[in-house]
Amino acid sequence: MRYAVIGGGPAGLYFALLAKKANPSDELLVVERNPPDATFGWGVVFSEETLGALRDADYETYTEIGESFARWNAIDIYYQDTRIRSRGHVFTGISRKVLLNILQRRCRAVGVRLEFEREVHDVGEFEGADLIIGADGINGLVRRTYGEVFKPQVVVHPTKYVWFGSDMPLDAFTFIFRRNDHDLFQVHAYPFDAHTCTFIVECPEEAWRRAGLESASEADSIAYCEALFQPELRGRRLMSNRSLWVNFATLRQESWHHGNVVLLGDAAHTAHFSIGSGTKLAMEDSIALVDALRRHRDVPGALNDYEMERQPVVERFQEAALESSSYFEHVSRYAQFDPRQFAFNLLTRSRRITYVNLTQRDPELVRTVDSWFAAAATGSPDGALRLSPPPMFAPLRIGELTLPNRVAVTAGPDLEAAARLGAGLVITEFVSVTEDGRITPETPVIDRMTQDHLRSTVERIHKAGSRVALQLGHAGRRGSMRPRSQGVDRPLRQGSWRLMAASPIAYTPHAALPKEMTGRDITHLVKGFAAAAKAAGDYGLDALELNFAHGYLVAGFISPLTNRRTDDYGGSLENRMRFPLEVLDAVRATWERPLLVRISASDWAPGGIDLDAAVPIAALLKAHGCDLVHAVMGQTIWEGRPDYRRLFGVPASDRIRNEAGIPTIATGNIVTADDVNTILAAGRADLCRLEL
Amino acid sequence: MNIGLGLPTTMTGISGELLIDWAKRSDSGPFTSLGVLDRIAYQNYEPFTALAAAAAVTHRVRLATMIVIAPLRNTALLAKQAASLDALSAGRLTLGLAVGARGEDYEVAQVDSRGRGRRFAEQLESIRDIWEEGKIGPTPNGPGPHLMVGGSSGETLARMARYADGYMHGGGPPRAFAGAAAKALAAWSDLDRPGRPVLWGMGYFALGDGTTEAGADYLRHYYAFAGPFAEKIAAGNLTSPGAIVDFIRGYEDAGCDELVLFPTVSSIEQIDRLAEVIG
Repeated sequence: MRYAVIGGGPAGLYFALLAKKANPSDELLVVERNPPDATFGWGVVFSEETLGALRDADYETYTEIGESFARWNAIDIYYQDTRIRSRGHVFTGISRKVLLNILQRRCRAVGVRLEFEREVHDVGEFEGADLIIGADGINGLVRRTYGEVFKPQVVVHPTKYVWFGSDMPLDAFTFIFRRNDHDLFQVHAYPFDAHTCTFIVECPEEAWRRAGLESASEADSIAYCEALFQPELRGRRLMSNRSLWVNFATLRQESWHHGNVVLLGDAAHTAHFSIGSGTKLAMEDSIALVDALRRHRDVPGALNDYEMERQPVVERFQEAALESSSYFEHVSRYAQFDPRQFAFNLLTRSRRITYVNLTQRDPELVRTVDSWFAAAATGSPDGALRLSPPPMFAPLRIGELTLPNRVAVTAGPDLEAAARLGAGLVITEFVSVTEDGRITPETPVIDRMTQDHLRSTVERIHKAGSRVALQLGHAGRRGSMRPRSQGVDRPLRQGSWRLMAASPIAYTPHAALPKEMTGRDITHLVKGFAAAAKAAGDYGLDALELNFAHGYLVAGFISPLTNRRTDDYGGSLENRMRFPLEVLDAVRATWERPLLVRISASDWAPGGIDLDAAVPIAALLKAHGCDLVHAVMGQTIWEGRPDYRRLFGVPASDRIRNEAGIPTIATGNIVTADDVNTILAAGRADLCRLEL
Repeated sequence: MNIGLGLPTTMTGISGELLIDWAKRSDSGPFTSLGVLDRIAYQNYEPFTALAAAAAVTHRVRLATMIVIAPLRNTALLAKQAASLDALSAGRLTLGLAVGARGEDYEVAQVDSRGRGRRFAEQLESIRDIWEEGKIGPTPNGPGPHLMVGGSSGETLARMARYADGYMHGGGPPRAFAGAAAKALAAWSDLDRPGRPVLWGMGYFALGDGTTEAGADYLRHYYAFAGPFAEKIAAGNLTSPGAIVDFIRGYEDAGCDELVLFPTVSSIEQIDRLAEVIG
């Protein structure tokens, strides 16, 4: 076999080395445009797992890496003039230059031909090769040549970053957050030998402009960053190596091979630097490709197998990397966090590390977080509780009400069955404020509920330790439907009733057309909500929840997709919020206990409410006396574009809580205690709705 | 978890006689259902016609379309065909519907593929009403065909949770099924639908000497429209008893209710070979 490897980075060299070792009679050629000792970037990071794979693949390389690497097991977080150290995270760092030199030496030793300073202009230059390996990076020739087959998708990230080196001695992976007049800047730094580290500076693009870095020379950028991070650098220098401010680009491709051409490493995929996995993924690709070629006699079978093995792994890393980069893009939203919560949130940002994983790695840190969380939850002095429950079992105070734990559940018709689950808060099924506000004939109406029955049920729930919130709403255009045991949003054929809504738009093609609410209807319904809240006062309930979500009547006013009114109740956000806020004010005037509002934080539809719009909505609710926002998603319109991934409502809860500054209930396929503890400890919600 | 068997209606050159024999044999085995695939621009049998023939020679197995491309069909006629097949088989039809994956099927059927998702949603909203209203018969005795939806988008899962009894997955390793099943359950619960969706999965197999290559060739041909992905599907063909047992276990662990295994070679001994593996 004759192999042509285009690109002499870690992926290309490692592949050539392993392939030649596997079959010494094969011809291996590596072509690299730069000279052998040129390198960009500083150090690279490997996890324990990757080192194990490298050890098994080529012991000599592994040993040489072992002689020149830096090892550490801590992550330091500099934030608000404190340093939090988390232990138990084993990493190995090595200079990229040293790594390349080791690989070049090993390649020569086994008989790989290396051609440096050769620029390839056409993949056709390697016509005689049995297999052409594109290891030439994200902008490489090979990937571009077959763009139509590989179908690349490139996402450019909104922050600016720059790679520096520094002679600052480090013994930990180090994150530094520093706010100045221009915004929040952060550093990702990690050692790669005893006296040098990689020092990446990242900031929002706006901050970068305001700081004048757009037109700054390399020397100016260094001076700016040295001054900014002087407290941590303590007089040490930053060093440049073609260090330019750029935006990171995430590359995904449908396929990584075509005919006898295959991609490795950054040429195939990239993952944001904040999870430090580029070189690791590249070298693992090389190992997988050589293994696949060994298993298959035919090249197409091997390339297919390689792709099948690597794509799912890479996708998982890319997902984690996107979560991580998104965290850094929005990190200023957490600037008020206690340093312990800030650290926990940072460490769990990519979702690959959860409460349980972190407890295994660093039990002391998690204990500290639990203790802080429980003390804050109970109003005890900080540090007083050495033995604390995990966040899920910390109480939550909302005004005078104390929930015994941080789990909320929504009940069906059998309220007591829901209470037996042990959740701190049980939210009732949808209860209509009026007869015509029912969703189905089975929907209870507040003034027809048997008072004695409800009161005694609530008493029994209290005795069992849970608290109860009554969910009040009006179905609007989603009313007059069949019971949901027969399907959802299926119009009643017999016994239907007239519907009303913000605007006359039917919810589904077969649903009845609602009439547009008049001023009188609006006044009447505001009174209806207030009367319902007053009636609820007699039942011994702990809280009320107003349903302003899921396309029901009040939600219909909030979304521009369903509100086409031209009066004071339609148009601007202020106008669209007028009716919801009138309802909220009227209820608040009669209901003194905690008041929750459920909103769809996203319509999941083009032109509708998205998370950016949900933040000011939540802020208005807060200003009008809402105590807690229950953030759900979608159902505003019949045919939205939902996304039911794991924890799908948590980003909404996170943004509303930390940007609008109001406590939240997170939702969205939350199914494990580990998820609940992670979300709460990281400050992404105050309560979690668990699907039990 | 139940195990069903695929009827090889998509294999080029297969005779009607063999299909009917295949259906007959499936009824006596350990299988609980007989599944068919659907496409238009291909050398395969029309699913309702094939299952109607199967209905005549079976008494026990459920007859399942996995899936039928609904937007290619007129809704009233689709509902009528399904109701007829359900009546012919004494209520054994499991009607899986989806939008399908091939533009070519839309082209040859002269149906605009744009807006197919919304049309599909409208069909789902209508079909049970048609069965229940009694204007277009035969009106089912009881609840009518079990209605299932396939596809992977969020929109599809919401449609499934609104209108169907459950979700039909399009195949792949157990891990892929588990991911899709979790989303189907999430959609169901998000829409406040009581209970849980029924979950169906599918896989491909070829058992016996010399069948591996033939099976892979069939899958490459069948999935040629999927481009490079066809190779991955071909590589996922289950070609040993061990692979089938592992696959079944994986699906069972992922909460699958009915796993239908489709043959990739059409010789009738495949039924006995599979029956032997699943016991």
